[in-house]
Amino acid sequence: MGQKLTIEPVTRVEGHGKVTIHLDDDNNVIQSRLHIVEFRGFERFVQGRPYWEAPVLVQRLCGICPVSHHLAAAKALDVIVGVGPERLTETGEKMRRLMHYGQIFQSHALHFFHLVSPDLLFGIDANPGKRNVIEVANEFQELAVQGVMMRKFGQEIIRATAGKKIHGTGAIPGGINKNLSIEERDFFVKGSDLQNIDKMIEWSKDALKLFKGYHQENRKLVDTFAAFPSNHLSLVRKDGALDFYHGVLRAIDEKGNKILHDIDYQNYLDYIGEEVKSWSYMKFPFLKSIGKKEGWYRVGPLARLNTCDFIPSPLAQKEFEEFKAYTQGKPNNMSMHMHWARLIETLHAAEVMRDLLNDSDLQGKDLVAKGTKCSEGVGVIEAPRGTLFHHYKIDKNNLITMCNLIVSTTNNNEPMNRAVRHVADEMISGQRSIKEGMLNAVEVAIRAYDPCLSCATHAIGKMPLEISLLDKNGVILDKLHN
Amino acid sequence: MNQLIEFKIDGKECMGQKGQSIVDAAKDNHIYIPTLCNIPGIKPRGACRICSVRVNGRLMTACTSPIAEGMDIESKTPDIENLRKAIIELLFTEGNHFCPSCERSGNCELQALGYRYQMLVPRFKFQFTQRTVEASHPKLIKDHNRCILCKRCIRAIKDEKGRSLFAFGKRGHHVQINIDTKLSKNMTDNEAKEATEICPVGAILLKKGDGFCDPIGKRKYDHYAIGSEIETLEK
Repeated sequence: MGQKLTIEPVTRVEGHGKVTIHLDDDNNVIQSRLHIVEFRGFERFVQGRPYWEAPVLVQRLCGICPVSHHLAAAKALDVIVGVGPERLTETGEKMRRLMHYGQIFQSHALHFFHLVSPDLLFGIDANPGKRNVIEVANEFQELAVQGVMMRKFGQEIIRATAGKKIHGTGAIPGGINKNLSIEERDFFVKGSDLQNIDKMIEWSKDALKLFKGYHQENRKLVDTFAAFPSNHLSLVRKDGALDFYHGVLRAIDEKGNKILHDIDYQNYLDYIGEEVKSWSYMKFPFLKSIGKKEGWYRVGPLARLNTCDFIPSPLAQKEFEEFKAYTQGKPNNMSMHMHWARLIETLHAAEVMRDLLNDSDLQGKDLVAKGTKCSEGVGVIEAPRGTLFHHYKIDKNNLITMCNLIVSTTNNNEPMNRAVRHVADEMISGQRSIKEGMLNAVEVAIRAYDPCLSCATHAIGKMPLEISLLDKNGVILDKLHN
Repeated sequence: MNQLIEFKIDGKECMGQKGQSIVDAAKDNHIYIPTLCNIPGIKPRGACRICSVRVNGRLMTACTSPIAEGMDIESKTPDIENLRKAIIELLFTEGNHFCPSCERSGNCELQALGYRYQMLVPRFKFQFTQRTVEASHPKLIKDHNRCILCKRCIRAIKDEKGRSLFAFGKRGHHVQINIDTKLSKNMTDNEAKEATEICPVGAILLKKGDGFCDPIGKRKYDHYAIGSEIETLEK
């Protein structure tokens, strides 16, 4: 008698999703799926609006990394107003970069400390009542404070550059609407012991140490859990450096061969397609040159460190060399190493913020560049969770007629499904009863990708997680709650 | 010489000039009576009713009613404040006001009144009225979703011969603001900017697209509630 397992909702991720796992008569996994059950519709309701509203309107997709949407839309509109992402004023580009690296920093800190650390500190199969950030705060107070303060620092950077911590208005077509005052700069450079950039760099290094210690003690788990080969895609700077704000599109295969050769993302539609499947609201992107079946790819921290040649900041570069040496310079396909890559990026973001905060261009007065308008533009940015595409067309009256978004988590749709299948095969296949740890293992695999399933909601602590065992007729045979 | 007269607002002794509207006289006495359709220097119309006050037991609009000797005006009573809040709620539910993506957010008088009156959940149903965005004019975009039909643009934006560039079109609940394309043909950038600034909401926008140029923190109502500049010296 076949069975179906359902995990709904998936917890400690941004947004809502569910997992279904189908078993055959011998309890072997025959199918697993991560379903995204929310529908948004931003691409439709931005139509008919004046184009300059897009960066402010579309960022409402997300409460965690709205800056990514804000800046990706602004970059697309830079093209439309004839400036392009490479002709912004020094102040305009550097303010946007500071905003973006502040966001990467806060989002990665949120993910590692608030969402992932309970799994690392208490174990994947620990009592679910313990696996949450509140218990981390109870037992590892110093670590919890670091997590909270690192996130706060990133959020304050966003406030200083965008006007608000969430859903600001800083980036406008062709530039930025404010510079950084000396007082604002000093808050970050000469701030209190818990809120200055040097402390952020120190804590980023500590977080890396924590992960590396865990890795050393749990090498088999970290190296094999949900590990599978894949293609990888990200922006890289034109010289191959890691760059979250701007660059060219590069993709490599599982062996490191380039399969997308540093292309201008204005032509992304020539290279990337999206497939629709009936059981999920999230599309499945793929590289057209390889096809739907094999052309899927990973994005995000792991993909970025696989595609880039180097990291342009000294401390993060040193960590990057160690990271690359672990796989002898070959692409890293281990899902749990996503955490390692994410923490290296966190350190890099802190170093970049330090350099930017000490750059007097941020106090410049030349905020907006002008150009000759055209009717279409594409903006791409490396969001915390991966490559984010925004594409707009406008009419002669400056109203938006078309919007296409490929959101970071969408790019990771197939990899997350693969990760779920991998864990289901390893931990659930052939088992006679469901244990709570198995259920969390599936979530751990998804969580490694830091998905933003709705780009809007998230939960703290205990959510009504339920797994059910059903027969072919839908009769519930077994149920487990957290 | 102007004749000074005495009157009271909510029991406070006030002095004003004969012929002054209650709104203006209250302002001179550092008492804020909210307005939306009123524009200093332009003949008032009493269209929005948000300045309603009670005199001798009767509600009247403070922008169109002159003060009189010995007048006893009630303004900040719970029932009148509730009436004003209801008007704000009606305006929000009748149009399609999405403040988060509106370039006038922070500079919008309707939004500022919503905050001042702590409008959290309107008591009326949202109408979700089907409205359009008109962008065929060379300098202006009209977003009918946000228009509150206050007539400020009709009364204030005129050509050199005193002819209004804006007018009401259609009838009943379909009524909307139109721009006279012939009269506004030679509208300068400054005149277009003036039209956007006279609008209390974000219904008239510059087509050249400089929305969101005011950073958060520098907008009109970012730090102080609407009317607080009048009340500052009240005590």
